[in-house]
Amino acid sequence: MIVENMMKTDVITLQPSATIAEALHLLQKHRIRHIPIVDDQGQVVGIVSDRDVRDASPSIFDKDTNQVQLNHKIESIMSHPVITVHPLDFVEEIAKIFYDEAFACVPVVKNNKLVGIITEKDLLYTLIQLTGTHVQSSHIEVKVPDRPGILPEVAAYFGKRKINIVSVLIYPYDDDQHYKTLVFRVQTMNPLPVIADLINAGFELIWPQENQGIL
Amino acid sequence: MAAGKSGDTMMDCQSAFIYSEDLLQYQFHAEHPFDQIRVLLTKELLESMNLLNQTDIVKPRTASESDLLLFHDKEYIEAVKKASSGKLTEFDSIEFGLGTEDTPIFPNMHDAASLLVGGTLTAIDTVLEGKSNHVLHLGGGLHHGFKRKAAGFCIYNDAAVAIKYIRKHYNLRVLYVDTDAHHGDGVQWAFYDDPNVCTFSIHETGRYLFPGTGNSNERGIKDGHGYSFNIPLDAFTQDESYLTVYETAFNEIANFFQPDIIVTQNGADSHFYDPLTHLSASMKIYEEIPRLAHKLAHTYCDGKWIALGGGGYDIWRVVPRAWAQVWSVMKTNQPQIGSLSKKWLKKWQKETNVTLPSTWHDHEEQFPVIPRKLDINEKNDRTLQHTLKYIQNKS
Repeated sequence: MIVENMMKTDVITLQPSATIAEALHLLQKHRIRHIPIVDDQGQVVGIVSDRDVRDASPSIFDKDTNQVQLNHKIESIMSHPVITVHPLDFVEEIAKIFYDEAFACVPVVKNNKLVGIITEKDLLYTLIQLTGTHVQSSHIEVKVPDRPGILPEVAAYFGKRKINIVSVLIYPYDDDQHYKTLVFRVQTMNPLPVIADLINAGFELIWPQENQGIL
Repeated sequence: MAAGKSGDTMMDCQSAFIYSEDLLQYQFHAEHPFDQIRVLLTKELLESMNLLNQTDIVKPRTASESDLLLFHDKEYIEAVKKASSGKLTEFDSIEFGLGTEDTPIFPNMHDAASLLVGGTLTAIDTVLEGKSNHVLHLGGGLHHGFKRKAAGFCIYNDAAVAIKYIRKHYNLRVLYVDTDAHHGDGVQWAFYDDPNVCTFSIHETGRYLFPGTGNSNERGIKDGHGYSFNIPLDAFTQDESYLTVYETAFNEIANFFQPDIIVTQNGADSHFYDPLTHLSASMKIYEEIPRLAHKLAHTYCDGKWIALGGGGYDIWRVVPRAWAQVWSVMKTNQPQIGSLSKKWLKKWQKETNVTLPSTWHDHEEQFPVIPRKLDINEKNDRTLQHTLKYIQNKS
């Protein structure tokens, strides 16, 4: 999944000369948390979050005083330089940026111009799509030896039963480097025949398993 | 307890049972887990116990195409018709969810599925024309069917069509209660934005089980927000926790929504014998599920209650007993206790390799031991609170 397919393109922006009051208004009106700051050329020169704006706003206990702070220019509180991504970057790269930098939004820039935005919410939505939990399906987990060709071998059993695979995840089995866990979400309400096929073929199922509740 | 007004009504009420041999035509193939012989097994069990006689039975009508169009797309209906005579291409069949392992194509599937839907419509008319307070249609309850897609053993979604029919012809507020172990997704999505139809589904969590949806936070959208309730139970949930959650939620939701009519989907696949699911309930829940539905139908709806069938894949040991209890409660206000009829056991034991149970109850020594029972119960309680938090704040 690439950024181009995940990003929002109708981005709310402000010019550096806009006031903090304008930023506050936009954040509330659009229920968003980040505003990229762009110059006349559409170039991203900074970003403000709802927290930056709130830090610069008077306390709710001083509503009637000090409103003058809100007239400061947004460039006085924006963060810069800004970490941006490209439309051809991958979903996992975005996840890594969010994790490493501990923030939750990146502008998408192409030819030095802002073309979109990706937030934590877009990332989580994409991950839900990738795990397949949004379509009717059953969940099957198989423990397999970690060797080439094992995935098509297991996947073929679903194909033979005309069961469509919604998603596949592969990750290491506990701490044992000789094994992998394959997680399939498959479009069937009756996984029993294919489970029998897998067991007959000698595969070890992690789910479903008899007596799974007896841990 | 003093016999209150509602108690008297509950004893006097009229019930009807939808049946025709033709309902058994809904048969994908001999090895398919969804087997409508369950309806016949239940009917004969009831007859052999003198709980059901000829005068109780009402024949289902066949749903017309205009009935089906209340919920389904024309294109989809055409595809099912084509499939019925073997004329649907494999490419088209994939788009409509036909010809899969779950919903394979079989001859005359359109007619068979239309009869199931018609049975539910007959049930609705029987109640709403005042001929009966309650009607049981075990051939119905095919809650996974989508607008233009077959899924999860369901071709047409009889409950969705029938609730649209109630809305169109009678304009009543409908409470749909789904106790199948699988989430009642097709019906939920059909009315997700409709504040006049409240859906409540209690099921095994979708983490592992088909269809995967049915989270507490699926509450409806637009005007329908707050009218969709879901309780996903942890795998291996047993009677006590199941019933606490079911009874609390159903009572509170009925009180909140004040329905004019109740439609229940009585899937019987939450039992520890069921091969497709991982809940661990016993027959106990199948005595209490209809009992509360019956009571609340009299409290809020002058008794108007339509009960449908649904899933249930231990067709010998679980489903006939579970479904017979729905009828017993409808008809007599009491579940059955003691032994099953010897005549029924003798006839049907010959047809299966599993040993048929001889009593209405399960015996405690058969119950699986679930070491994490307390954790599971606590988790279910939290889910219950989460699902009900908005209506509890209101009252």
